[in-house]
Amino acid sequence: MKPEDIKRSENKVYSKPELLNDTPMHYCPGCSHGVVHKLVSEVLKEMGMEHKSIGVAPVGCAVFAYSYIDIDWIEAAHGRAPAVATGAKRLNPDRLVFTYQGDGDLAAIGTAETIHAANRAENIAIIFINNAIYGMTGGQMAPTTLEGQKTATTPYGRRVDLNGYPLKISNLLAQLDGTCYVTRQAVHTPAAVRKAKSAIRQAFENSMAGRGTSVVEIVSTCNSGWKMSPAKANEWMVENMFPQYPLGDIKNIIKE
Amino acid sequence: MAKIIGAVEINQERCKGCNLCVVACPTDVLGLQPKEVNNRGYHFAYTAQPDKCIGCASCALVCPDACIEVYRVIEK
Repeated sequence: MKPEDIKRSENKVYSKPELLNDTPMHYCPGCSHGVVHKLVSEVLKEMGMEHKSIGVAPVGCAVFAYSYIDIDWIEAAHGRAPAVATGAKRLNPDRLVFTYQGDGDLAAIGTAETIHAANRAENIAIIFINNAIYGMTGGQMAPTTLEGQKTATTPYGRRVDLNGYPLKISNLLAQLDGTCYVTRQAVHTPAAVRKAKSAIRQAFENSMAGRGTSVVEIVSTCNSGWKMSPAKANEWMVENMFPQYPLGDIKNIIKE
Repeated sequence: MAKIIGAVEINQERCKGCNLCVVACPTDVLGLQPKEVNNRGYHFAYTAQPDKCIGCASCALVCPDACIEVYRVIEK
């Protein structure tokens, strides 16, 4: 068979999600954000919620999420996305409201908003991209930075006696009665991407069913901040991030 | 036995040459252009060995910029 015969619309098995527009993404080559944007677009389309979704964008690398996914977005102040999402969801209970936050946004400046939104069992979904670093501002130490990890502000590695321990915010949120689903996923392999997609779907369905707050943590790479190639960053993540942030469901009230 | 033939179409201008698709491909179909670059200066991905493609869509799943379209035919 010739390539022209194979490349026909009836044979197509994968293409760019419809909700993802043609604007070139500003993310660095190999950034996990792009994959998660794709998954969000696919899930919203599959659920038929593309006209009934409100995303809340954070401050951080994903600040321009509203430029790439064609749904309604609100841009929140740094760390305040769960508070903004609370208002949006309470006023529009028929809408799918989700936040899309990084670790500097969710686990540092926005810790209070995150914990209290989850504790109030707000019916929102939180997508949390954990790359253990402040990527946008040049790779400074975040609360989630691993022990011994070199960053712009910890050039000799993070010291526990000076900087504290890496914050496992998802485990913390799982202890709250308000959360219904807390899971930790990654997007470094095709299998992991599929699992992450079903986790995002579950979180969005929980939001619409009014079960409480869902948190999907995606352990991600920041190859620019870590100063590695994208493929090497994935390997580094498997070796170093996964022991600290093991993948899998932390809490799922539907199964329990 | 039915044979699965695949093909990929890469949006070369959108590609940032991150190499993740090349790593993810189980049959070594893809490669990065060694010299040629796109308008944004990236060594974009291309199908170095198109005959080997099985249409598994692994490359497209891990592509952060959604540059890859995958086609699959089952030849009987």
